[in-house]
Amino acid sequence: MTDWPILSTVTFLPMVGVLLLVFTRDDTDDGRQNVMIISLITTIITFLLSLVVWYGFDGTSADYQMVEQYYWLGKGISYHIGVDGLSVMFVVLATFLMPFGVLTSWKAITLHAREYMIAFLILEVLIVGVFVSMDLVLFYVFFEASLIPMFLIIGVWGGPRRIYASMKFFLYTLAGSVFMLVGILVMYAEVGTTSIPVLLAYKFSPEMQYWLFLAFFLSFAVKVPMWPFHTWLPDAHVEAPTAGSVDLAALLLKFGGYGFLRFSLPMFPLASDYFTPMILTLSVIAIIYASLVALMQTDIKKMIAYSSVAHMGYVTMAIFAVNQQGLHGAIFQMLSHGVISGALFLCVGIVYERTHTRNIGDYGGLVHRMPKYALAFLIFTMANVGLPGTSAFVGEFLATVGVFRVSVWTAFFATTGVVLSASYMLWLYRRMIFGQAKSPLMQGLVDISFREHCIVWPLIVVTIFFGIYPAPVFDASAATVDRIVTNYHAAIQAVATAAQAAN
Amino acid sequence: MTPELFSQSLQFALPEIILAVGALVLLMMGVFIGEKSNQLISGLSIALLAVVGLLITVSSGNGEAFGGAFIVDPFARFMKVAAIAGSIFALAMSAVQGKAMQLDKIEYPVLLVLSTLGMLLLISANDLIAFYLGLELMSLALYVVAAFNRDSLRSTEAGLKYFVLGALSSGMLLYGMSLVYGFTGNTGFQEIATVLSSETRGLGLVFGMVFMLAGACFKISAVPFHMWTPDVYEGAPTPVTAFFAAGPKIAAMAILIRLTSETFLPLIADWRQIIVFVAIASMALGSFAAVGQKNIKRLMAYSSIGHMGFALVGLSAGSESGVSGVALYMLIYMMMSFGTFACIMSMRRPDGTYVEEIDELAGLFARKPFMAVVLTAQMFSMAGIPPLAGFFAKYYVFLAAVEAGLFTLAVVGFLTSVVAAYYYLRIVKLMWFDEPKGEFERTPGELRFIFGISGLLITTYILYGGPIASAADAAARSFF
Repeated sequence: MTDWPILSTVTFLPMVGVLLLVFTRDDTDDGRQNVMIISLITTIITFLLSLVVWYGFDGTSADYQMVEQYYWLGKGISYHIGVDGLSVMFVVLATFLMPFGVLTSWKAITLHAREYMIAFLILEVLIVGVFVSMDLVLFYVFFEASLIPMFLIIGVWGGPRRIYASMKFFLYTLAGSVFMLVGILVMYAEVGTTSIPVLLAYKFSPEMQYWLFLAFFLSFAVKVPMWPFHTWLPDAHVEAPTAGSVDLAALLLKFGGYGFLRFSLPMFPLASDYFTPMILTLSVIAIIYASLVALMQTDIKKMIAYSSVAHMGYVTMAIFAVNQQGLHGAIFQMLSHGVISGALFLCVGIVYERTHTRNIGDYGGLVHRMPKYALAFLIFTMANVGLPGTSAFVGEFLATVGVFRVSVWTAFFATTGVVLSASYMLWLYRRMIFGQAKSPLMQGLVDISFREHCIVWPLIVVTIFFGIYPAPVFDASAATVDRIVTNYHAAIQAVATAAQAAN
Repeated sequence: MTPELFSQSLQFALPEIILAVGALVLLMMGVFIGEKSNQLISGLSIALLAVVGLLITVSSGNGEAFGGAFIVDPFARFMKVAAIAGSIFALAMSAVQGKAMQLDKIEYPVLLVLSTLGMLLLISANDLIAFYLGLELMSLALYVVAAFNRDSLRSTEAGLKYFVLGALSSGMLLYGMSLVYGFTGNTGFQEIATVLSSETRGLGLVFGMVFMLAGACFKISAVPFHMWTPDVYEGAPTPVTAFFAAGPKIAAMAILIRLTSETFLPLIADWRQIIVFVAIASMALGSFAAVGQKNIKRLMAYSSIGHMGFALVGLSAGSESGVSGVALYMLIYMMMSFGTFACIMSMRRPDGTYVEEIDELAGLFARKPFMAVVLTAQMFSMAGIPPLAGFFAKYYVFLAAVEAGLFTLAVVGFLTSVVAAYYYLRIVKLMWFDEPKGEFERTPGELRFIFGISGLLITTYILYGGPIASAADAAARSFF
């Protein structure tokens, strides 16, 4: 087992599915069924293999594990992958959510189903690739390449304003990430390699750190997205098909937070320290502003999109608190938000498939016709609010505690976000589920089918399980988080001591 | 010249000699067999080029020939193979649809072979005279093929425009050469470099250099010497445009590299400003002017102006990694452009007319999925999105610029590449998101094969990029 390149297998296994799909036909119902079955089996096997990765991962070590390194493109660029405490859980999250993406597309995608699933599986490869890359160029390749399938998914299979949304999504994120590319080039020119472990050990000069930090910040801030770089997100979410929204909210947004944890904090500690007040401010604005905007939305998906912006505000805030609670909170919040926002979008997809409207005003009284759906949606609503017993509570609580130790005011304002999220989610729930149907579109609704049970129940189990027993996640990331925090404070301390000695 | 030296010279120039003799034999064959031999001559020309390309790939000796006028080094070999590959694909495209485009004359393949010979001589030029001879041999054939479609007004206009402006640039080039010769007393590139490094620089010499750079920039269609490009690209028959986009640019870029990185390297402070300006202007114009284009060949013209700007970013570094980046960029650009032009050639109505409006591509994905996927890969690659080849081309040139401390240039370059991404995306959007418009004729298998190769090359670059990058590095070590 030790010699088998398990990480590469997990990363590139969906390509096997892609190859199979190339040779299928999707112009009949049976053909479409085959396309979906192939995709489902591929994603499930990938998920099971990623569990093997998790099982084999040693959480007591902060080092990269299951490392594979091969000569690739020369000039310091190598094919170098591995997982550490930061990334292993994201790999599992990514592969875990993919089968639901396939299940939700089962009936919803009728046109070009084969191409849709090909784009979807390629996207899975790229997302997993981002998290396992140990080489900056490899990371950038996966990071940027994910734009292509997402662009096509939104643009071909999206809603009425899909073209505007996909163009905006692509150009916005591209503009952000070219700055990171300049940063990567500068780092290579300085150090002579793009290997992440080597760069982590390298001490950049303070002035360089500021510039590099800003370059990486622009890219990640667009991805997270932080206020005021978030405007692409609501458009993209609203227009994307359900599976696209799930991937976008649950995984692509995590690139940003992951990038901050992987690069900004450990590589540019001085600059991170310098820019912390700015980031805390932006995060608080994101939490309050996005929550208020979410209150006023009439489109369900748009509301959840803004709620994502708010919840990612907790993540960025907690990351830059740089203490054990904060980082654990940030990682946990990202994973939990991945599951919960994914689940919410899947729930929206379930009713959208029946009613073809996302306008909140059209809904009402779903509890009478779809009681099981109402229950599932209730659980995810509560989870999104951050009710104790759900995984979101653990993440938000730790994040706030971490920030409280650094800035009381930031924590104070951030907690208002909890109240606001309760308002918009509960209000949404009341308008959608209770009362009476307000639109003829609500006639003849049937409760969730077996396939949809398969979508919601695993997600409910995971949400509640990790809300009650979050230890497995903390065990996996503890050593890595410790090391990031220790190194960060050591670097800042060293500069302070040097400044004192100079006086 | 002693007989030994002479035979050694012949050995170094063997591929060129084979090509020259071959071209003449093909011309004779064509004349004797007559018009019906067109397909045969085309096939033989491709075979001839392939043989010469193979010969250059496997040969390994480095050195100078003919009293230093002709040089063979890894750099020349790399660029020659790239140029020949571009010519082969352009010729193959012409052979497939030559009849419909009225290119089925025996002179046509022979002219392309002769032009390719000019490129090879230009790439290997190590002397002002050889430089000029190579350039003119290459260009004269190009002027003719640009106007090859005699009955078309646009084609003749393209040829005339190209010729007049080309003559102007040749004039500038010659004027610059005369100044350089006058101030250094030498025509050999190495000799000029030796004089330059030992003497203080004279103003007249800088003038001469500027004129020479202007002449070379004209051939690669860099701003402000780009005016001919959109008209010639649009007017010339599509296979000819595909030919223009590859080989001649590679050859002209090669001589520009040789001039800046070898001959005028001591004057780097002077030429760097020029190249940086030309690069920024080309990238900006290539990106912004292309946004409003409606004709896809014009769009490709502006796109090629932009790409030359990106390649010059690497040149402005004046370093080994810069030259390696430019060489790689030209190779990858060649791979992308021939595929794109093969796709453009497939835009043919069932009644046999060719269309060139970008809007005609609407809904192509529903009609011709394979072509749509390939063209999409081309567009994303040209926009520089990983994991396609175009990304790595940009990566290496910008890396060299950053290593040389040209941060502003790198940032400007990346920002213009975002603008450029917009118009490439617009094409992708048309093909995938819009409703189909108009029928296209079934694409001939040969054309599908050609753009299939191109698509394969740019999507699998991540698999074979390592050896190519080391070959480019080895090429760049010829100078530093």
